[in-house]
Amino acid sequence: MFGDYSLGDLGSIFVMQGFAGLILFSVYVLMALGLAIIFGQMGVINMAHGEFMILGAYVTWMTSNIFQSYLPSLFSGYFFLAMILAFVASGALGMLVEWVLIRHLYKRPLDTLLATWGLSLMLQQAYRSVFGAREVGVELPQWMLGSLHVTDSIEVPINGVFVMCLTLLITVCVAYVMYKSRWGRQVRAVVQNRVMAGAVGINTEKVDRYTYGLGCGIAGIAGSAFTMIGSTGPTSGQLYIVDTFLVVVFGGAASLLGTIASAFSISQTQSTLEFFMSGSMAKVLTLLAVVGILMLRPQGLFALKVRK
Amino acid sequence: MTDNRFFNRSEFIGILVLAVFLMVILPLTLDVFRLNLVAKYLTYAFVALGLVVCWGYGGILSLGQGVFFGLGGYCMAMFLKLEASSVENTKIQSTPGIPDFMDWNQITALPLFWKPFSSLTFTIAAIILVPGIFALIIGTAMFKRRVGGTYFAIITQAVAAILTILIVGQQGYTGGINGMTDLRTLKGWDIRPDHAKVVLYFFEVGCLFVCIMIAQFVRHSKLGRILVAMREKEDRVRFSGYSVANFKIFAFCVAAVFAAIGGAMFALNVGFMSPSFVGIVPSIEMVIYTAVGGRLSILGAVYGTLLVNFAKTSLSETFPELWLFGLGGLFIAVVLAFPNGLAGIWGDYVQPHIDRLISSRKPKPEGWTDKSVTDGAPAE
Repeated sequence: MFGDYSLGDLGSIFVMQGFAGLILFSVYVLMALGLAIIFGQMGVINMAHGEFMILGAYVTWMTSNIFQSYLPSLFSGYFFLAMILAFVASGALGMLVEWVLIRHLYKRPLDTLLATWGLSLMLQQAYRSVFGAREVGVELPQWMLGSLHVTDSIEVPINGVFVMCLTLLITVCVAYVMYKSRWGRQVRAVVQNRVMAGAVGINTEKVDRYTYGLGCGIAGIAGSAFTMIGSTGPTSGQLYIVDTFLVVVFGGAASLLGTIASAFSISQTQSTLEFFMSGSMAKVLTLLAVVGILMLRPQGLFALKVRK
Repeated sequence: MTDNRFFNRSEFIGILVLAVFLMVILPLTLDVFRLNLVAKYLTYAFVALGLVVCWGYGGILSLGQGVFFGLGGYCMAMFLKLEASSVENTKIQSTPGIPDFMDWNQITALPLFWKPFSSLTFTIAAIILVPGIFALIIGTAMFKRRVGGTYFAIITQAVAAILTILIVGQQGYTGGINGMTDLRTLKGWDIRPDHAKVVLYFFEVGCLFVCIMIAQFVRHSKLGRILVAMREKEDRVRFSGYSVANFKIFAFCVAAVFAAIGGAMFALNVGFMSPSFVGIVPSIEMVIYTAVGGRLSILGAVYGTLLVNFAKTSLSETFPELWLFGLGGLFIAVVLAFPNGLAGIWGDYVQPHIDRLISSRKPKPEGWTDKSVTDGAPAE
């Protein structure tokens, strides 16, 4: 399969495909971060995570429309406000869902899967009723269009670079919150031993609610970033949910580093393979490899050692 | 007399009622079109039945039952498709004698893995063995390493995604997104006219009762009790010297084979097979049938499947907008409020009344009242 390309071409192909992979990687990381926090901390399987992401995407779309009609002069900066709004909207919905639904099900993790699946169906239909069944696309501000010429044969799109920088920023923020702040310490204490954490005075219910909200909020940001590179429809979220769960499981739940490493390896494998074969076969091979490795090493790449 | 290794007295009555309902009442009251619709719903009941064994008793939630439904269905559909693509039927193709979708995809010879499917014996064996062995491989790889619960659910889901993408992607070999359509005859017997549909319906119901009997047998055997024990306290069963993994693999394989039989029945009754019955969404819908019927109830699975599908057909015909809200709400309501589904409601609210009605009419034999006090007291 390499026969027709010269060495220089191959190098450019790998760089360009690698970059396309990095954009996929960014979306995976943003989605998987929220999922990993929720799954790792509470053992809740949030099948509606994709729909929280899509909520963020729709919020971004609405913000861009509002800016376009009322504040065209500020349009180039709408994205930053949209991102914050997306975080708040998804996070608030997440906390509401936790309060209404999830908190009754902590003892039955498999049932959270069914309940959140039901929630995802309802949200999808809600999006379809409110925003219509057609996919919507966001108009990018001028400075995000175009691409950077690195060499003659290598070009990278600016919106991709922007999404990657954003991912980096969010990841650093999440890592800081989880590993340096007082609240993050409480979260990790609850992960390691819920009963003991409660005994030393941590309000585990409150920690759960905010953790769930944070996870969903990050999904909202993921959706916001997603609008930069693709269009949004009511069922777009569902397309990513299984991949994202694989990313989380492959990385080893409750390990942020593992999540990032697995998102990187999965997205790079997929996008590199995509150049040499059809997209569907590339995906099949990638997923097969992941499932195969998980069968050999079920705890994932980076496992958190916890005594149970 | 009726207490044996398959069922006790009340279960016997339940099975009898279901048999009368499916074999007498429905065929007498419904026209052939509606009966065929019921036949389609009942193919999912096989899957739901498998999930009762695997999920209800064994506590193993598989979100990939569509995979096995699809494997069984595609095995059957491949046989029917080959028969429908005889040389006379496909004269106009550039390569006569191969299925039409292969011809459209510039494939000029029948692929090797299609060849054995011209034999009905092989096909029937494949319907049981292919999903069974596939489940055995997945189950062995997962359960021997003590992967279970949520991880298992996610991985089975990934398998469902992989198979769907593969079927859709390999259009020349599988018919792609359209699936295998235009299935006509089974060994020269046309499966499309009305009388054939009725015969197939009864055949399917017969197979369903065989599967119900197998599930009942598993439930009443020592095996079933070990499965339940394992679900409740896995470590204790392991420390008692049982190989937990082997029991889980067995339950998973039973569920897979049931699902495959359902898939094969689907291909026969509905006359086509497509990847839209393989993926994640149908797999999870199949779980909800079981959950609505009651994950612990063998008969509940059948009723749950019928009920959800009737609701789906009638609601999505009249209020297409509302249907997904209804289905989503049903998921949440079942999980939150009725974890044991219809069977749980029946057992909690209806059964005690019926028991009281029967016991008040019967002449009470000597010493009977003592027993009713000890039995009835906790239920009141």
